[in-house]
Amino acid sequence: MIRKQFSYSKKVLAHFRKPHNLGKIKDADGVGEVGNLSCGDVMKLYIKVDKNVVSDVKFETYGCAAAIATSSIITDLVKGKTIEQALAMTNKDVIDSLDGLPPIKIHCSLLSVDALNEAIYDFLKKSKSEIPDFLEKRHLRMITLQKMEEQGLAH
Amino acid sequence: MKKQKIYLDYAATTPVDPRVVKVMMPYFNQNYGNSMSLHEYGFKSSEAVERSRTIIAKALNASDDEIVFTGSATESNNLALKGLVEANPNKRKLIISSIEHDCVRNSAIWLRGKGYKVVMLSVDKKGFVDFEELKMEIDDDTLVVSIIHGSNEMGTIQDIKKIGELCRDRGVYFHTDASQSFGKVVIDVKDMKIDLLTASSHKIYGPKGVAILYVRDGIKINPIMHGGGHEGNLRSSTVNVPAIVGMGKAVELCVKNMKAENERLTKLRDKLIKGILSTINDCWLNGDEKRRLSNNVNISFERVEGESILMELSNRGIMCSTGSACSSNNLEPSHVLLAMGLSSPEAHGSLRFSLGRYTTESEINYMLKTLPVVLKKMRKMSPFKTL
Repeated sequence: MIRKQFSYSKKVLAHFRKPHNLGKIKDADGVGEVGNLSCGDVMKLYIKVDKNVVSDVKFETYGCAAAIATSSIITDLVKGKTIEQALAMTNKDVIDSLDGLPPIKIHCSLLSVDALNEAIYDFLKKSKSEIPDFLEKRHLRMITLQKMEEQGLAH
Repeated sequence: MKKQKIYLDYAATTPVDPRVVKVMMPYFNQNYGNSMSLHEYGFKSSEAVERSRTIIAKALNASDDEIVFTGSATESNNLALKGLVEANPNKRKLIISSIEHDCVRNSAIWLRGKGYKVVMLSVDKKGFVDFEELKMEIDDDTLVVSIIHGSNEMGTIQDIKKIGELCRDRGVYFHTDASQSFGKVVIDVKDMKIDLLTASSHKIYGPKGVAILYVRDGIKINPIMHGGGHEGNLRSSTVNVPAIVGMGKAVELCVKNMKAENERLTKLRDKLIKGILSTINDCWLNGDEKRRLSNNVNISFERVEGESILMELSNRGIMCSTGSACSSNNLEPSHVLLAMGLSSPEAHGSLRFSLGRYTTESEINYMLKTLPVVLKKMRKMSPFKTL
């Protein structure tokens, strides 16, 4: 079947042109850095946490327009949320908030959620808080994928 | 203020020259006859097709009956490889380069799936095919060697005369995909010992939907489409008269101005290359400096991803291409740049600017002013920083 040529939604383009919360937080409480195996994108998410609420968040991203837009929107989505709320976020929330993504760019939304999870993991670890089982599992999966990539097994 | 539009993607496709449009027009609704029809309108059409055939044959130093009109360069390349294989069942090995356009590459891979042996020759850092490897690979089982002339991605021009002479000497067919070079550099199929050659119309200011395959007289080749036996039975389909007329005119115009246009474009190209390399840090030119298409600039930028630069340039009215796969249907970066030894991130950060007939010096100046600003913005977003 013929699939129509993709195009980006207006929202994706707007976030790409003027990304929100771009940059780094020097004294971040948690940092998550993830890479995408298939396309080489890298996202780095910094969070500040105040009384269990994500009070500030910033990002740096190497990647295509969709990668930059998904990074930007997830910072909007997560700001002001509790850690529990932030951990409940899925890539569907990211996609919906951007009015959709081209099918080949869905992985970018996964990447942004992974970066957020990693940042929270880092925060919980640093603050010696309890890490939920599912987050530990997600973190383990990230590390395994990272190792596979380093060994060139990803492809 | 009206937003400036700067088109630097001529290697993707070109606008049809108004002079080409003009000669095509009557063949849509005045001389609309089927070129196979045996009446006045039919004769007018077939005469127009033959005039184009003569122009194109002359441009290649070929004979008229060696030019087959097809619907695209992709089709010509498919016909060349699959048609040869069909007609020569006793030889089962094909040699191509690792930097072919997808239509040659994927045709060869398809044939590999059918049991043929396919060798992809490696290239050096500048993108030149390993000639010694080619020499070693040609054996008694080898049917055809297919090597792209000017690279669509990074512009390197292969020494096809040297390759052609070797192939002729060793008794194997030599096909070249000249989609990007035809009309820009002199091609003489006799002198260069070329057996089959693909050339396209829409890369040289002609219409889309028409191309040619030059097939040297005496080559054994079968059709891949069956029907009414058009084009010497090699390409059945009602002949696309207006497009063919347009391609003829487009070739005529390119040949007439080739030298002057090449000099003009080379100057602009080198100005653009020099300008980028001297104002932006951590970037380099892909492909050879001298033996490259006069309109091709391909640069890799460290720490940024090609698609994001492309989109940001597009916001500012500049249109170009990237070797990053993130903008296509496949996430792997360009196989051409990888074959030249670039790492995946290096290939992801590549951009192709291709110049053409309507490119002006002021456009290049605007480009040189805009690109550093864009790079600065995109690199600021990147988690990768200079050490």
